[in-house]
Amino acid sequence: MKLNSIDARGRSCPEPALITKKALQGNPEALEVLVDNMTARENVTRFAKNSGYNVEVIQKGSDYILNLKK
Amino acid sequence: MKEKRGIILTGIIVGIIAVLLTKLGNPGNMGFCIACFIRDTAGALGLHSAGVVQYARPEIIGLVLGAFLMSIAGKEFYARGGSAPFSRFILGFTVMIGALMFLGCPLRMMLRIAGGDLNAIIGLVGFAVGIYLGIIFLNKGFSLKRTYNLPKFEGYLFPIVIIALLVVFLATPSLLIFSQEGPGSLHAPVLISLAAGLIVGALAQKTRLCTVGGIRDLILFKDWHLISGFIAIIATALIGNILLGQFKAGFTGQPVAHTDGLWNFLGMALAGFGSVLLGGCPLRQLILASEGNIDSVITVLGLTFGAAFAHNFKLASSANGPTTRGQIAVIIGFIVVLAIAYFNTEKSADIKIKEDVEIEA
Repeated sequence: MKLNSIDARGRSCPEPALITKKALQGNPEALEVLVDNMTARENVTRFAKNSGYNVEVIQKGSDYILNLKK
Repeated sequence: MKEKRGIILTGIIVGIIAVLLTKLGNPGNMGFCIACFIRDTAGALGLHSAGVVQYARPEIIGLVLGAFLMSIAGKEFYARGGSAPFSRFILGFTVMIGALMFLGCPLRMMLRIAGGDLNAIIGLVGFAVGIYLGIIFLNKGFSLKRTYNLPKFEGYLFPIVIIALLVVFLATPSLLIFSQEGPGSLHAPVLISLAAGLIVGALAQKTRLCTVGGIRDLILFKDWHLISGFIAIIATALIGNILLGQFKAGFTGQPVAHTDGLWNFLGMALAGFGSVLLGGCPLRQLILASEGNIDSVITVLGLTFGAAFAHNFKLASSANGPTTRGQIAVIIGFIVVLAIAYFNTEKSADIKIKEDVEIEA
């Protein structure tokens, strides 16, 4: 699968959600966000859902891949 | 609404416990105050010698241990750090200078509002303005850069230090300095304070309760999640104070407060501005410090150092009002926080989006 991706690992609150917000301004069909803690995972997921995206979470080691799709 | 249940319930429990702690002996509208309690603890350790504010607050010890245990139980404990540590120390220091100008952290500001202290409403307006200032920089690309994984033992050290403080407190309290008069001498029974901290620490860890985050997320993302906890705390404490006869509306004669509106506003604006750049209020920093975030440990040290400085150099306000030195310190604080905000804002802040990456999941 090919899609746009942002790496928000290690970023403290609210940066992961903020860079997701900026990435979603282009209204992409899909976006992959990489985070490394539960708080970021929850914040990005909440923001994405409020913005009309479905979120699928895949855990990879200590990281989470959040797949955002319209 | 279902998602908000946890955070609202936490807000209600924090509100009830805060009101009860006041009833059981804590200073007025000070069921919880992270800034005041860190300051009192710094005093108990002799880091400052303001005789009226020295007590190793068991609430702080409980908050740390509650959050630590909950993060272990929820498999969320992990040691990380390295995101501009000294900038965070300075920000923590500055947030404390602002909080002690106002006389309370954002959590106590909420409890003061719930007790009828109208000065705290002016503080809240300042707090929101400070948060808005921080958001301007966040939107322009402010970042203290990323954290990195650290050895697990590094993360355990802060809870261990706090356990050591608890052992000293329970076994040889004569090593510590306790106020004989003033707010430092007013406290709920030790075990109740400790239990209160444990419960609130665990809940705050689980729900990410954060006073700064509430207003910030509402402005930045139109997200009502965190602020619903904020509102629940004020509403519950308000009802609790009325029921227990602790509610008294007005500007004058409020417990551990002064009536200088301008400096209440500026103090909280500084605390809000600094806290947004840190990513969370003093409560949230304490919780993060307990779950392995070393940057937050450094921030808590900054808060502690700031508190000691504030009393050693008479920068902290009292019921009589702010001091000239404190006013100068708050102005310098704004310059310092602005400088940290400016120099950590990348002009080319557009995020790097990698396009067409192959992912292997």
